[in-house]
Amino acid sequence: MKKKIEELVEFLNKNKPGRSINIMEVCGTHTMAISRYGLRQLIPENINLISGPGCPVCVTPIADIDWIIEIARQYDVSIFTFGDLFRVPGTESSLYNEKSKGKDINICYSPADVLNFAKNNPDKKVIFIAIGFETTIPLTSVIVKKAYKEKTSNFYIYNTHKLVPEALELLLADREVKIDAFLCPGHVSAIIGSKPYNFIAEDYHIPCVISGFEPMDILESIATIIRQINKGISEVEIQYRRVVREEGNPTAVKLMYEVFDKSDSLWRGLGNIPGSGLKLKKKFLKFDAKTFFPVKRIKSREPAGCECGDVLKGIKKPADCKLFSKTCKPENPIGPCMVSSEGSCAAYYKYEKFKI
Amino acid sequence: MTISKNKKNIKINNNKKFKDKIIQLSHGDGGIKTGELINNLLLKYFGNEILNKLEDSAVLNCSGKRIAYTTDSFVVNPIFFPGGDIGKLSICGTINDLVTTGCTPVAMSLSFILEEGFPVPDFEKILLSIKNATHDTNLKIVTGDTKVVEKGSADKIFINTSGIGFLCNNIDISPCKIEVGDKILINGGIAEHGTAILSIRKEFNFKTSIVSDCAPLSSLVNDMLSVSKKIHALRDATRGGLASILFELARASETNINIYEDKIPVKKEVRGICEFLGLDPLYIANEGKMVVFVDRKDADKVLQAMKKNKYGKDSRIIGEVTEKGEGLVILVTELGTRRILDLQYSEQLPRIC
Amino acid sequence: MCLAIPAKIIKINKNIAEVESLGVKKEIDISLTPGASLGNFVIVHAGFAIQIIEEEDALAAQGYWKEYLGEKEN
Repeated sequence: MKKKIEELVEFLNKNKPGRSINIMEVCGTHTMAISRYGLRQLIPENINLISGPGCPVCVTPIADIDWIIEIARQYDVSIFTFGDLFRVPGTESSLYNEKSKGKDINICYSPADVLNFAKNNPDKKVIFIAIGFETTIPLTSVIVKKAYKEKTSNFYIYNTHKLVPEALELLLADREVKIDAFLCPGHVSAIIGSKPYNFIAEDYHIPCVISGFEPMDILESIATIIRQINKGISEVEIQYRRVVREEGNPTAVKLMYEVFDKSDSLWRGLGNIPGSGLKLKKKFLKFDAKTFFPVKRIKSREPAGCECGDVLKGIKKPADCKLFSKTCKPENPIGPCMVSSEGSCAAYYKYEKFKI
Repeated sequence: MTISKNKKNIKINNNKKFKDKIIQLSHGDGGIKTGELINNLLLKYFGNEILNKLEDSAVLNCSGKRIAYTTDSFVVNPIFFPGGDIGKLSICGTINDLVTTGCTPVAMSLSFILEEGFPVPDFEKILLSIKNATHDTNLKIVTGDTKVVEKGSADKIFINTSGIGFLCNNIDISPCKIEVGDKILINGGIAEHGTAILSIRKEFNFKTSIVSDCAPLSSLVNDMLSVSKKIHALRDATRGGLASILFELARASETNINIYEDKIPVKKEVRGICEFLGLDPLYIANEGKMVVFVDRKDADKVLQAMKKNKYGKDSRIIGEVTEKGEGLVILVTELGTRRILDLQYSEQLPRIC
Repeated sequence: MCLAIPAKIIKINKNIAEVESLGVKKEIDISLTPGASLGNFVIVHAGFAIQIIEEEDALAAQGYWKEYLGEKEN
């Protein structure tokens, strides 16, 4: 493995473009891998890797966190979340704090476990916080369909699902954002395939490479991007061939749109993005936690001085934010990019706080 | 484990106020919040020259004799797990804390808090495993206590132990003895206790062959001491995992440390659990792992002695002390890149991202 | 986003399969990969198989992946 890595590094050094280029890794798991393996130390200095909006926790509006917390406070419910969301601060509390105060909030590994819990505990009202992009949406779709079929009446989802390509389109329309290429998310693409990125290559002339998550995958994908840039072409290429096919996973996509319709969605830091969200189809509305557990609207406040928005867009690096590592730290996160372990700020703080 | 004794060498600053309004799990997980609780609250009331060192055991001078003294509380869910139970854990934890000073453990106290309704056969099973854990040692349980609380007021069984050991006069093992050039050793695979517990939690339901590494390390330390007088520091790498312990020792000794990712033993199944749940094994608890700082000239001798002990077969040299400094722990990855290992800010949670 | 790891299907019962990765066994839901059969490698995300891995590609893979698939490199 080492030899192959050395070859890739040599290739990058020999073929680096004459100017500085920005490659946005869309996916938070790529951000983590790049930091964890110290890949920035291996690539030429003029290739900048900047982190994009591909961390679902980071782009979930604070109002959603506040809403879920209010549900927990006002109703007798059992809430299940992936660990990722557990510590994200709302305006004045977090799920973690609410659990400390005795609210029934649990961490789950699989959405299927949550539905099973609901079935085994018919006296409890069970809410699954459905967060995530196209990788996770089909999972929610499976369990919603199953709950419908089995007439489970004590199971609900709090839906915050979001779609990736729509957000990329918004980024590209922003003139401040300077992106020369996208490192596209491997597991989102396992579901949606490579075609949804075609417009980026064709209309915006920006290379897109769908990458795996090993150091070698990422370096190989960067090399592929450099090859395209040097040739002056822009194509969608799949580096992560062992998992991603052009057509994606049609079964999963079909199921998604059996359960959900596209809708507008609010992204933290990016604002409202038309068609970037999902809402439950009418026949499944009985599983919608927002409908079933109305709360008095609380006034949500974005934390002052937080620049997560610009970090998500790749305009600023975490260290450019005045709060970074001063008041905003992993143990006391102010913005979402610090609280999520795959958020750009947390990854920078954890792995690249010091220049070695 | 609870806060009864936390061994955090986080920068002590008693002027800081403890800001949190309620106690949360992170105050007991060995991370940054635990450090704040100790430094900003406990030391505020009880700070003294011995406690302030925040080592695994306190070393006391009693009319010419030096004794090591420690205490620990044990809460674990589930109470029976692959490789041990709460009883074995309570004995091993205290033995291992004592032997980090190089002492010979001699006496222990043992206290139970039992929940009303706790089955006696389970209790006896725990007592038997306590007896077995002390078997190879000269350690006697010399005092104890039992309290029973109403159903719901405690979770089945909590155990508190304390222990005393005698120190030979020529032994002086402490983080402040760490020197540039020291080699860093560990007696086997990391994260086995934490992942053994995780693997059988019903919410995850994994099937693995991982067993907790829970073990009394007095014989291991004895074997090491018998071949070298240049063991500078020992630390029981429990809660917070290997990374947290190295961080504390680097800070306490004001040195920078390199450790090598490809030298750190991690069993395949342990990595499997970590990959499924998105966890870093460097921060997962051990219950039978001793981190050893030894003069580099004696490193191989000590390594060989460790390998001969039944609790040290997979011992390895995993790194070294590189320079005087602010206490950086640098992980050299398999690719030759470097990254800083920090204290974790909260217990790791299973994640999907 | 999206943590997902390769695993091998070692048992199937309708939509539930037992998979193995790095020696760890776990039951997962395979309803998103209707073509998955015994012995296939799949990518697992939050307890669901989300894609079948082409056997040929899987075996050609290098690095850490080899280990997941049971052929340790080094």
